[in-house]
Amino acid sequence: MTEPHPLPHLQVRGLNGWYGESHVLHGVDIDVHEGETVTLLGRNGAGKTSTLRAITGLLKKREGVIKLKGRDLIGLPTYQAARAGIAYVPEERGIFAGLSVAENLTLPPKVAEGGMSVAEIYRLFPNLEERRNSQGTKLSGGEQQMLAMARVLRNGARLLLLDEPTEGLAPVIVQRIGEVLRTLKASGMTILLVEQNFRFARKVADRFYVMEHGRVVDHLTAAEVPDRLASLQTQLGV
Amino acid sequence: MTTLFGLPIQAISGQLLIGLINGSFYALLSLGLAIIFGLLRVINFAHGTQYMLGAVTAWLLLTVLNIGFWPSLVLAPLIVAVAGLLIERLFLRYLYGLDHLYSLLLTFGLALMIEGLMRDGFGAAGKPYSPPALLTGVVNLGFMILPIYRGFVVVASLIACLSVWLLIEKTKLGAYLRAATENSGLVQAFGVNVPKLLTFTYMLGAGLAALAGVLAAPIYQVSPLMGSNLIIIVFAVVVVGGMGSIMGAIVTGYALGLLEGLTKVFYPQASSIVIFVVMAIVLLVRPAGLFGREA
Amino acid sequence: MSIATSTPLKTANDALGIGHLVGRALIVLALLALIAAPLAVYPVFLIKILCFALFAAAFNLLVGYVGLLSFGHAAFFGGAAYITAHTVKEWGFTPELGILAGVAFAATLGLVMGFLAIRRQGIYFAMVTLALSQMVYFVFLQAPFTHSEDGIQSVPQGLLFGIIDLSKPLPLYYTVLGAFLLGMVLIWRVVNSPFGNILAAIRENEPRAISLGYEVNRYKLAAFVISAALAGLAGAVKAIAFQLASLVDVTWQMSGEVILMTLLGGIGTLLGPVVGAALVTAMEHYFAATSIPAPVLIGGCFVACVMLFRRGIVGEIRHRLKARSSR
Ligand SMILES: Nc1ncnc2c1ncn2[C@@H]1O[C@H](COP(=O)(O)OP(=O)(O)OP(=O)(O)O)[C@@H](O)[C@H]1O
Ligand SMILES: [Mg+2]
Repeated sequence: MTEPHPLPHLQVRGLNGWYGESHVLHGVDIDVHEGETVTLLGRNGAGKTSTLRAITGLLKKREGVIKLKGRDLIGLPTYQAARAGIAYVPEERGIFAGLSVAENLTLPPKVAEGGMSVAEIYRLFPNLEERRNSQGTKLSGGEQQMLAMARVLRNGARLLLLDEPTEGLAPVIVQRIGEVLRTLKASGMTILLVEQNFRFARKVADRFYVMEHGRVVDHLTAAEVPDRLASLQTQLGV
Repeated sequence: MTTLFGLPIQAISGQLLIGLINGSFYALLSLGLAIIFGLLRVINFAHGTQYMLGAVTAWLLLTVLNIGFWPSLVLAPLIVAVAGLLIERLFLRYLYGLDHLYSLLLTFGLALMIEGLMRDGFGAAGKPYSPPALLTGVVNLGFMILPIYRGFVVVASLIACLSVWLLIEKTKLGAYLRAATENSGLVQAFGVNVPKLLTFTYMLGAGLAALAGVLAAPIYQVSPLMGSNLIIIVFAVVVVGGMGSIMGAIVTGYALGLLEGLTKVFYPQASSIVIFVVMAIVLLVRPAGLFGREA
Repeated sequence: MSIATSTPLKTANDALGIGHLVGRALIVLALLALIAAPLAVYPVFLIKILCFALFAAAFNLLVGYVGLLSFGHAAFFGGAAYITAHTVKEWGFTPELGILAGVAFAATLGLVMGFLAIRRQGIYFAMVTLALSQMVYFVFLQAPFTHSEDGIQSVPQGLLFGIIDLSKPLPLYYTVLGAFLLGMVLIWRVVNSPFGNILAAIRENEPRAISLGYEVNRYKLAAFVISAALAGLAGAVKAIAFQLASLVDVTWQMSGEVILMTLLGGIGTLLGPVVGAALVTAMEHYFAATSIPAPVLIGGCFVACVMLFRRGIVGEIRHRLKARSSR
């Protein structure tokens, strides 16, 4: 067998997932290579969030193969999967109301060496430093998204799972998030991004997977996008 | 002799002191209950039993192993906390995904079992437990005679409550607890061992109850039944305070203890129900509790 | 993580628990057995079981069909017993009037307690009912007419409707059976009425019931009062049957016991509470001779039920039957 790439950073094969009795993921295959930014596209309810949750173990009822640098994650509880080197930025940001901005920021424990220091993070997100003592949920939507991203940059994980970071945000903030992603990418971070905002995703991603009804129905590289734009638009309903 | 509302100051301050002491126990117990409920979503009916076990353990340590009050103040809560670890690992853990009523019924069953066994082995009669030599005697405060041990109980429980508050509000561990109370899945996805955190929390609550029990041992008689009615009062305290706030649980505990003491002075017949009456009133005017956010 | 999610205590919808011909036949058989039972079993024992069965069935109306766990039902059971015993013994009420007085008291108390308790949901509801019933306990403990620890003893049994001599075991048994059946039929009617359907809707999804425009709290309160009145009926009948009203029947331990009966038999099944009451009563009877203390036994049953056997006996049978018929 010839494998065109070296061992992927994240390898998902035949992933199935259930919420109780309802079967929502049907054999999802995804590869994300070291340093790559890959975007999962798909309409509402396609199973993008569920895929990320299955990778982290938050979706407990799952089957298939999930390998992080060759290490199988399927049998692990969520916290051990995280410690294997996953940084997770959930849908709707998940800022804790009972914690200050600074506490939110420093909450995730280090899982590996090499994360950013708090000072570096504040340099990247200056408004967080100004508001570090306010309650986490008192921040604006954009600031909360920054905080949600900043939060996982400390912990040293090299795989970043980002779920719709631009949702509901003003264009300037979206642009700012794009800059941050490019900075992270330049630093060698591997990124699996869930996005419905295709225009945004296009600016940062190397490759795309399109999901529908809990399956991956299409796959393309950034170079292929211009030729495939029309079919993509029907698939995504944009 | 000085009087207030026609009653001697001595009598009033004496009852207020008793109220303050009861309030200390209410505060420690409702604090533990609130912490456990906040994170585990378990109403720990065994809380009164754990309080009783604290006192009984101290008594046993003294009579069997000749270990005195001071070491017991640490040892008994630790022992009860380890028993709490077993309860959490063997039973509660399997009920987290279910309706909260099941964990209530489980801890209720465990409380019945433990109390029944203790009554069988220990006898229902109360046993005295003397305060440590250092704390015997009284001081005259002018307006009242204060038994030193009682003063100590009030101070010790205040310190314990404040330490727990500091632990939760100001430490990293406390931040994990607060965050996991809101969204335990996400905290887990950050790499925090939440199952362990749950176990720790249950142990902390059980240990606090046991600490209250050790403190109570020299004041009340040590008996297997000492916790069984208390837990219901503490439930009422928790309904009044609302379980949303740690400080709320503490403040409500002390306040209701004092109120109960005052009732003993002015209308003794009602003293056993005054807390329940307050609960009923609070339900009428502020159903979520004084400090509560409805869960 | 699933900590914050809660699954309804019971999901099956079949109110009777046995909808089929088999079920009907079973009911007829059970009736015949109940009528013939005094031939085989000591009537006093049967009477005790019937009183607790009715009590548990009344409790189950609330927890099984509205999803409200009351931890204070002893207040109605024991409270009604006190009122019946007192009115019959001290005021010379006839048995039927005394029972009526007990039921009226329980219903009124239910109205007050229910009004307060339904202001909180879920687990708080259980705590509030427990605390309120403890308050009732203290009131009875201190009220002179209850003679605190002694209770109201030697309650005269008298003539029911002026003709039935309740001091004889068999007439007494059939009177209690009559009260039990009356209660069961009433519960059955409530559960299967439009009112019962709305209660079920509230249990399944309260927010939706609210959004459909139902005054959810009124329905909950009505169910609470009916349940309290029936629990009172059980207590009142028990006071006459055993000529005694005592503190034991208003304690929180009694509230716990009725929960166990229902849980063991099957929450949300019509017959479960009856089976559970019979089992618990029998168990207590037989274990009384051993050295195992009753609370240990009761507590152990709780733990076993919650950990291993959440559907209860009747619930489990029903589940198996359903699983088979759907195959
Ligand atoms: N907690 C849940 N319980 C049951 N079903 C769920 C749950 N969460 C999601 N689903 C279902 O799983 C399917 C996939 O949902 P998912 O959230 O993964 O979609 P998504 O692609 O992230 O959509 P969106 O773009 O709207 O965020 C949907 O059909 C959804 O209804
Ligand atoms: Mg999503």
